[in-house]
Amino acid sequence: MTLNTNLKNIFLVVFTTLILSACSTAKKTGDLDGDVYTGKETVKYLASGVPDRVFFATNKSSLTTASRATLRKQAKFLRKNKKLNVTIEGHADERGTREYNLALGERRANAAKDYLMTYGISGKRISTISYGKEKPVNPASSPLAWSQNRRSVTVKVN
Amino acid sequence: MKKVLFLIILYFLSFNSVNALIEVDITRGNLDPLPIAVSPLHVDVKSEKYDNLKVKDLGAKISEIIEKNFKSTGLFNPLKKEAFVQKPDIAHLKPRFEDWRLIKAQALVTGKLLVKDGKLKVEFRLWDLTAAKEMTALAFTTTPSNWRRVAHIISDKIYERLTGEEGYFDTRIIYVSESGPKNQRIKKLAIMDQDGANTKYLTLGNELVLTPRFNPTNQMVTYLSYFRNMPRVYLLDIETGMQEVVGNFPGMTFAPRFSPDGKKIIMSFAEDGNSDIYTMDLETRVVERITNHSSIDTSPSFSPDGKYIAFNSDRSGLQQIYVMRSDGSDVKRITFGKGIYGTPVWSPRGDLIAFTKVRKGKFYIGVMRVDGSGERLLTENFYQEAPSWSPNGRVLVFYRETKAGSKGEGFSATLWSIDITGYNERKLRTKTDASDPSWSSLLSK
Repeated sequence: MTLNTNLKNIFLVVFTTLILSACSTAKKTGDLDGDVYTGKETVKYLASGVPDRVFFATNKSSLTTASRATLRKQAKFLRKNKKLNVTIEGHADERGTREYNLALGERRANAAKDYLMTYGISGKRISTISYGKEKPVNPASSPLAWSQNRRSVTVKVN
Repeated sequence: MKKVLFLIILYFLSFNSVNALIEVDITRGNLDPLPIAVSPLHVDVKSEKYDNLKVKDLGAKISEIIEKNFKSTGLFNPLKKEAFVQKPDIAHLKPRFEDWRLIKAQALVTGKLLVKDGKLKVEFRLWDLTAAKEMTALAFTTTPSNWRRVAHIISDKIYERLTGEEGYFDTRIIYVSESGPKNQRIKKLAIMDQDGANTKYLTLGNELVLTPRFNPTNQMVTYLSYFRNMPRVYLLDIETGMQEVVGNFPGMTFAPRFSPDGKKIIMSFAEDGNSDIYTMDLETRVVERITNHSSIDTSPSFSPDGKYIAFNSDRSGLQQIYVMRSDGSDVKRITFGKGIYGTPVWSPRGDLIAFTKVRKGKFYIGVMRVDGSGERLLTENFYQEAPSWSPNGRVLVFYRETKAGSKGEGFSATLWSIDITGYNERKLRTKTDASDPSWSSLLSK
């Protein structure tokens, strides 16, 4: 089962990479790449140089190159701190229906979890929770705020 | 919660099978509402005191509630009382039809009430002024504290007599009451009468609660609670306040609704990033998996005969609406228009599905036939979603959120209703900000 999931995730990663390279012409404006947030304004750190969150495109749960780099830093940090467990919170922006957003947040949290697992972190150390659109980090109704709210955040639980 | 004893004894004063000349057509937007005079109910001088009720004012108050109900439909135009030409008690015996016609009334409601031996006796008559005939007459006996419900039941009877459709005034709406700044909202389950009166809170606001829905008898509510930070579907008995988790799922359950017979809850369960639709039988506790697909399947809603389920899924790439048999077989996509479709809700009449549509950054509430044809968008807004049907399938209630400024200022969540004709859009009166409304069935059925 785990092996199977891992394989699936590797495929997912390869697949995502292909899609992303196809989209690499998407325009970059300020802190947005396409509509994925790339800035640091809302980011907190699990440790020095280990960002706590990754960002997503509208309605998507695929990981960007930057997100994967962030998650690899988290995996390295978690490998070093073997007793530490985390919860990954998945969030959506306010521009979708409430129930779909709950599912989308769950899918985003699991995308991050699966990636950490492919880098050797046991699934037992990672729980997930979705808040859908219920807990925006930026309460504004603007494309920038929405991009900051489409996120999954890794939180230490012990 | 205190158990509310409620008993209404209802009987026909006289049965009148005369074909009415006045009739209100509610299948179209009514641009010419029926002028109706609602006379204050005459309060019998033999009435006694009851608790803190101002018995002397009850007749006027009941007539005001009836007028407000009628006005909210957009189908009736209640006339100003200053122009009324007859005393309530005399009009109730037999109106001088020609005098009422002079003030352009086409229908007249009269009544009287008596509070005696701890009971409230009310009778009312509906008169067709054009034909100079009584159309309906009914009497009720109940406890005096139920006087508001009496007003709603009278409104329903008159609405039924004049439109040929079941009424929806003796109903409640359960919703999520919201307060606090946008990024720290406090949410509580709240219940109120359809006209905004009698608001009660069912949770304290300690945990996030979402999407409450009534069971068919309006005694139970299913909703999502983040109790102990574990998002799960719960079942709440409104009278006893007892609540329990629905099923024993190892992850988030959400988007619950009752089956039309009230025996099952249908909901989504999210596992490893994938949401599928499940049912649980509340008596046998048997859990059935209805969909099994690597996409997000959620917002399920049964057809009123229980044979079909509408839901939204992103299996095509983006959210669209699908219909399947209640065992999960024969899945058919029904929306192919431009945009994203979600929150399908089957009409209680079975003929339509209401939905939310998102296109080019705008949110729409609409209705379509159950095969997806005949789409009609009723209202466009910055953000609105989650329609719920009035029990007669003529009106939708839903919620809207406003665009917030850079610090979240200017944000609000409010309940709205609109007729399926697309006319008569109205904001509902709530004590706090509000979202996720669900309309009960008729309470006195």
